[in-house]
Amino acid sequence: MKNEERHHRAVDELYKIADDIYNQIDRGQIPKMSIPLRSKKNIQFAPRKGVWKYGSMHGVRSAKKMTGAYMLLRTMYMLEFIQGMVKDSKSSTLREMYYISEGWGNAKFGSQDESNNLAEDLEIVTTCMREDFKLRPEEDGARVIGNLTLEEMNRKGEKKKINLRDDVGDSGYGIPFNVEKDKITLLNTDAKFIIAIETGGMFDRLVENGFDEKYNAIILHLKGQPARSTRRFMKRLNEEMNLPVVVFTDGDPWSFRIFSSIAYGAIKTAHISEYLATPTAMYCGITTSDILNYDLPTDKLNPQDIKALESELTDPRFKDRFWKDEIELMLKIGKKAEQQALAKYGLDFVTDKYLPEKLTELGILQ
Amino acid sequence: MSAESIQCHFQDPHTTLGDTMTDIAETLAKQQKEISIAEFFEKNKQILGFDSQTKSLITAVKEGVDNSLDACEEARILPDIYVELTETEKGEYKIVIEDNGPGIVKRQIANVFGRLLYGSRFHAIRQSRGQQGIGISAVVMYSQLTTGKPALIISKTKSEEVAHFVKLVLDIKRNRPDIIEEDFRIWDGKLHGTRIEVHVKGRYVAGKQSILEYLRATAIVNPHVQITFKDPNGGTISLPRVTEDLPKETIESKPHPEGIELGQFMSMAKASEHRKLTAFLVNEFSRVSPRVAKEICDAANVPENRSPKRMSLEEASSLLKAIGTVKIMAPKTDCLTPIGETLIRKGLRNVLEGLKPGYYAPPVSRSPSVYSGHPFLAEVGIVYGGQLPKDQQVEILRFGNRVPLLYQQGADVITKAITEVDWRRYGLEQRGGKGIPFGPAIILVHIASTQLPFTSEAKEAIANLDPIRDEIVRALRLCARNLKTHLGKKAKRSKTREKFDIVQILLPEIARKAASIVGKPVPDLGKTVTEIMNVVWIDDNIEYSKRRHKVAIRIHNYMSTGQKFNVHAVVPGKALDRKRIQPEPDSVNGDKLTWNLKRIPSTEIVTITFELVGLDQDEYSDTEIFISDINHASVIGAEPLPGDWDLDGTGQYSLFSFGDAADEDEVEEIEEDDDENGVDYDEQTEVISDEE
Repeated sequence: MKNEERHHRAVDELYKIADDIYNQIDRGQIPKMSIPLRSKKNIQFAPRKGVWKYGSMHGVRSAKKMTGAYMLLRTMYMLEFIQGMVKDSKSSTLREMYYISEGWGNAKFGSQDESNNLAEDLEIVTTCMREDFKLRPEEDGARVIGNLTLEEMNRKGEKKKINLRDDVGDSGYGIPFNVEKDKITLLNTDAKFIIAIETGGMFDRLVENGFDEKYNAIILHLKGQPARSTRRFMKRLNEEMNLPVVVFTDGDPWSFRIFSSIAYGAIKTAHISEYLATPTAMYCGITTSDILNYDLPTDKLNPQDIKALESELTDPRFKDRFWKDEIELMLKIGKKAEQQALAKYGLDFVTDKYLPEKLTELGILQ
Repeated sequence: MSAESIQCHFQDPHTTLGDTMTDIAETLAKQQKEISIAEFFEKNKQILGFDSQTKSLITAVKEGVDNSLDACEEARILPDIYVELTETEKGEYKIVIEDNGPGIVKRQIANVFGRLLYGSRFHAIRQSRGQQGIGISAVVMYSQLTTGKPALIISKTKSEEVAHFVKLVLDIKRNRPDIIEEDFRIWDGKLHGTRIEVHVKGRYVAGKQSILEYLRATAIVNPHVQITFKDPNGGTISLPRVTEDLPKETIESKPHPEGIELGQFMSMAKASEHRKLTAFLVNEFSRVSPRVAKEICDAANVPENRSPKRMSLEEASSLLKAIGTVKIMAPKTDCLTPIGETLIRKGLRNVLEGLKPGYYAPPVSRSPSVYSGHPFLAEVGIVYGGQLPKDQQVEILRFGNRVPLLYQQGADVITKAITEVDWRRYGLEQRGGKGIPFGPAIILVHIASTQLPFTSEAKEAIANLDPIRDEIVRALRLCARNLKTHLGKKAKRSKTREKFDIVQILLPEIARKAASIVGKPVPDLGKTVTEIMNVVWIDDNIEYSKRRHKVAIRIHNYMSTGQKFNVHAVVPGKALDRKRIQPEPDSVNGDKLTWNLKRIPSTEIVTITFELVGLDQDEYSDTEIFISDINHASVIGAEPLPGDWDLDGTGQYSLFSFGDAADEDEVEEIEEDDDENGVDYDEQTEVISDEE
């Protein structure tokens, strides 16, 4: 579907929402909108796609209650705003929209999370993408280094060939927010796998130690919980270039969630999981077992960590044996460890010993 | 400590003592001698409340004032009390207390002030401040112990031409007054009254636990009293009389058989002039009819015609057991004077000194109950919210027989009862559901009894006895339940206010925006508005001017259909201006007005107005509105009419008459009819955040 068409379809879908609300009021009903529940209770595995999607549970956002009425009003404002942008061929970032809402009186958002969430709600209800609404994230995609050549459409509309090892500096290639085919064409690579890393410090360590060349790897910095474009980029590499994805994070409950959103699909974006998640991604570490096996320096779990772990035990995505054991073991020892804890054994330990061992275990290296 | 136990002769006929033991006892007996009561108290001043310099001063004033109040009330005189404190030397004060009581006849003056345990009320079963006849003579004793100065007393009765003047000290060894000087005096313009002047060592303080606080607190629960206080710094504070009505006269009564102790029972039997047991029971106890007396004797298996004097210990004890099993009417209430709802309200208003509270919970006066044969009753009042400080422990005002209790809060049964209630369920904070609660509230508790079980003669705290504590707890819960109902109503109202915001602000905007997006005219909201509100909203507005309360009750029908129901209002009937009720009520029954309203169409408003004449502004601040013949869950701002209302046809209505349900400690909750099909989207809490 061409961009223009996508935008017009989005406007049509949004019109339907407004029309529905209008008709409800016209009939003398309390206006309401039904939206899939976006909670861990309402995600289920879609076997054909290999990812987690929203289930059939719906919540009602009704003007009977204060919060519901506010959300409906905001929805109307957002619809009108998007309608206007499509008409005027403008686009805005999510953050800009949040600030624009300052002028919406009662419909003003309390925080950017609220406005981001509503934009996602609209994606779910209309089955469009927020890009179709002319909304884009200001989130910067992650950094990548490795022997991969791609072609990117630059601002002048020219296709520019970039090698992600030779044509970039030490900070690597920055993934743009749009990584679709109209923007990026993947050309060729000799890499055997992608290693996605949580922290900048560890990314830099691998770059400095020349891990990419030595092991034919593409090193990718997730910057914490990865942005949509980062996850989409990994998925394209995985599908189009056939590269396995290995995730290397800290050993704590939050890192487990980073992995689950890459491999299984994040709860927040479960409506587009098949588009973002890489079901074959593998978790490399730090595992709870690593903490014990490598005798790593640790921190005590804080109350939030413990709550997060307990919550993960009831998260269907973590239901398999491996995660159950890892989470329960972490609760038992009451400790967590950072990636950098490996430096206990020297700067090269991670690239010379830990990763080769773990990657062999996963079958990535022979 | 009571007088009997100081020189009690303990005899136990069942013990046979060995010879050696008898010898030791003989030796000891030679060293034992009777110590005088006065000597005993001299060595144990703290028992009487003279344990610190500050407290001694307060105790002295308190004893004097209590005495004066008792005397005035017994003589049915509106008390007018004058208290003066002057620092005569460093750390020494002259205390003057003068009243307009009946005065004391000449031959009794010296005994009343110069002899411990001499009083008129010692054996009387009635509610009064003084009980033992210790208070004022103890002040005289303390005065002479600390300063060596005699007490000066002037007293005049109405029938005498002149006043008597007595200067006396207390002969501590003999517990007898020692008169130094005696004379007649002309007392200018005074018809009757008593004035005492003593010198005591002490320290004068202001603020908490001070003489002024005591006098203020006294005024709170004794609104018929006028007090003038001249403090040592030269300031004069007047606490004016709020009501001309004296408290109901208390009537002396005989002890109630329930809970009486064996010793007391035996000694009453020994002293009795009745020859038959049944006569003794009927005539010397209250609430024992000949039939009940017979039942007791039968249950105890003791012959009815047994002479009380000859009754054996076993028989007495089985009679006591029998008393527990026979149904006997509760003690007469006329020997107790509750403060009453209105005066508790007034009193609490006084304490606030200008702070505006949010809510006066209707005070609760429990009906009398018994402990150890003594009738007592508990009363509770609570003020809540408004400008009261939020983040500290609630203020507790304790009263025993209308006397403020300032000391020993921790040891007092009132405090114990308060800490026993789980205040969290009534909207106050309380850690772990125990202890003194936190929050913007003042709790007033009054215990009235013919014999308050104080922990000491200083009468600072009431002993923690189960029956008393249980009654206080019940009264607290009842009162707190009123508070909770109020808070619940407030929450319900604010929920409905939200709905007003929705239908008045948000819904029109949603409609406008939706219309503009789809390019259609703005739809009519009427039906949707009633769907959202779905309530009948009742509020009242009170305006006060020229001693008139103009009350307007507005009834908005925000339901989608017309509504027909009855509205009832409880108003002070005496003050109601019958000519200015709009519309004309369908019935007026005492304090209750009833309107059988015509059908109110959807979205329409009906207003009822009436006027009250001659009340103070704060005497009427909230209209009690009730509804009937409509599902009360759909009405905001009025309560369902209690089912047992007016069954006795007297038109007397009290909020507490159906209140014993609080004993069950169960507070019913009205469920909101808010369940939609499906979960409310915005209230989901369990969303796993994938963010760090």
